[in-house]
Amino acid sequence: MNGQLTTMLSEYLPILIFIGIAGGLALVLVLASLIAGRQKPDSEKLSAYECGFEAFDDARRKFDVRFYLVAILFIIFDLEVAFLFPWAVTLGEIGMFGFWSMVVFLGVLTVGFIYEWKKGALEWE
Amino acid sequence: MAEFWSGYALPGAIIVAQILVIIVPLLGAVAYLTLAERKVIAAIQLRKGPNVVGPFGLLQPIADGVKLLLKETVIPSGANPVVFVIAPMLTFMLSLIAWAAIPFDLGLVLADINVGILYLFAISSLGVYGIIMAGWASNSKYAFLGALRSAAQMVSYEVSIGFVIITVLLCVGSLNLTEIVLAQENMWFFIPLFPMFIIFFVSGLAETNRSPFDLPEGESEIVAGYFVEYSSMSFALFFLGEYANMILVSAMTSVLFLGGWLPPFDVAPFTWIPGPIWFAGKIGLCLFVFLWVRATMPRYRYDQLMRLGWKVFLPFSLFWVVLTAGVLMATGWVPR
Repeated sequence: MNGQLTTMLSEYLPILIFIGIAGGLALVLVLASLIAGRQKPDSEKLSAYECGFEAFDDARRKFDVRFYLVAILFIIFDLEVAFLFPWAVTLGEIGMFGFWSMVVFLGVLTVGFIYEWKKGALEWE
Repeated sequence: MAEFWSGYALPGAIIVAQILVIIVPLLGAVAYLTLAERKVIAAIQLRKGPNVVGPFGLLQPIADGVKLLLKETVIPSGANPVVFVIAPMLTFMLSLIAWAAIPFDLGLVLADINVGILYLFAISSLGVYGIIMAGWASNSKYAFLGALRSAAQMVSYEVSIGFVIITVLLCVGSLNLTEIVLAQENMWFFIPLFPMFIIFFVSGLAETNRSPFDLPEGESEIVAGYFVEYSSMSFALFFLGEYANMILVSAMTSVLFLGGWLPPFDVAPFTWIPGPIWFAGKIGLCLFVFLWVRATMPRYRYDQLMRLGWKVFLPFSLFWVVLTAGVLMATGWVPR
């Protein structure tokens, strides 16, 4: 048919078109409601919702450092999951050596996990 | 010119048609899932649920949709307008495009990519961006708190979802979703991997911000969380995205653990029913459990939520990965 696209990449072409269609659909829906709905903004309507009060201060303020900590822990464990993916798929070929290498790696990670648990990084009171 | 038609335009048109065949029933399913939710919860609470618009309230989702379409789009004066408008569109888009890799039957899949499960994992992880963008761009305290909670919750449970997927991959030896389903021809994975099945489903509840993990919306404390400032179609897009994500998690559960399109027994009366119907039935079953849980469980507290994610699910699923790999290695059942 067409020689330019390799088979590998042509498998991803439907996804690319899908992204375009889904994005276009979202845009059309929002624009349709902008056109169809009656727009009558006023300053009270456009103020941020705060249970009827005027907003006390800016919403973008300090937040609890534990959210940041969760994000850091997530990066560690999610990278580990990403590392496990190729291992899980090829376990049949890499055999016992591959298995024990990963067990050692997971062991090191478990030590770190126990440390952060004992340090209280996972506590939310 | 002829080459342009046969080489690009015709295949392109076929792909667009296939995409529409996925999107249109999906949006219909989302609309009727909102009705099903109200009906199921009403039945559990011995009420009737919506029954005024159309017979048995069957036109209710259409009425809701038209109402939202005709509402005013409010963009708060303190908000960052561009990010504010993009956030719901992104959420909606991500909840749709994941379906490109879901196999509905043998060979009935839009993009049969060899890293299918990785694609689903990546797309479902990206969902957190829409929420963070919405919460930050709204410039409202409730929205900001809701987005923070939601982001922390979604990333926490994503880790255990990752480990659950790894255990399934160990049993399959491929990232392709069709092969994951075909590997379950003899036994669906929810039997040997039962604890992982439960963890996956519960994490799916947390990942889609559903009850009992709906703290990001927690209407009794932060009114509606990250979408408190949204109105009209922007709100509807968040709503559609959330329900489409529920269907997606149910579909992933079916593909990973309930044998996708495969019938429960490979004998005559079961094999007469076509695969997509089995698949839809399994998705429907999972969705019913979603609604059942919402109607019966009280909401978790945030520290309980985090404890469950990090101190129960994470160590347990990590242990189960090692156990599965160990058993497969010891018995020589590792797929090659």
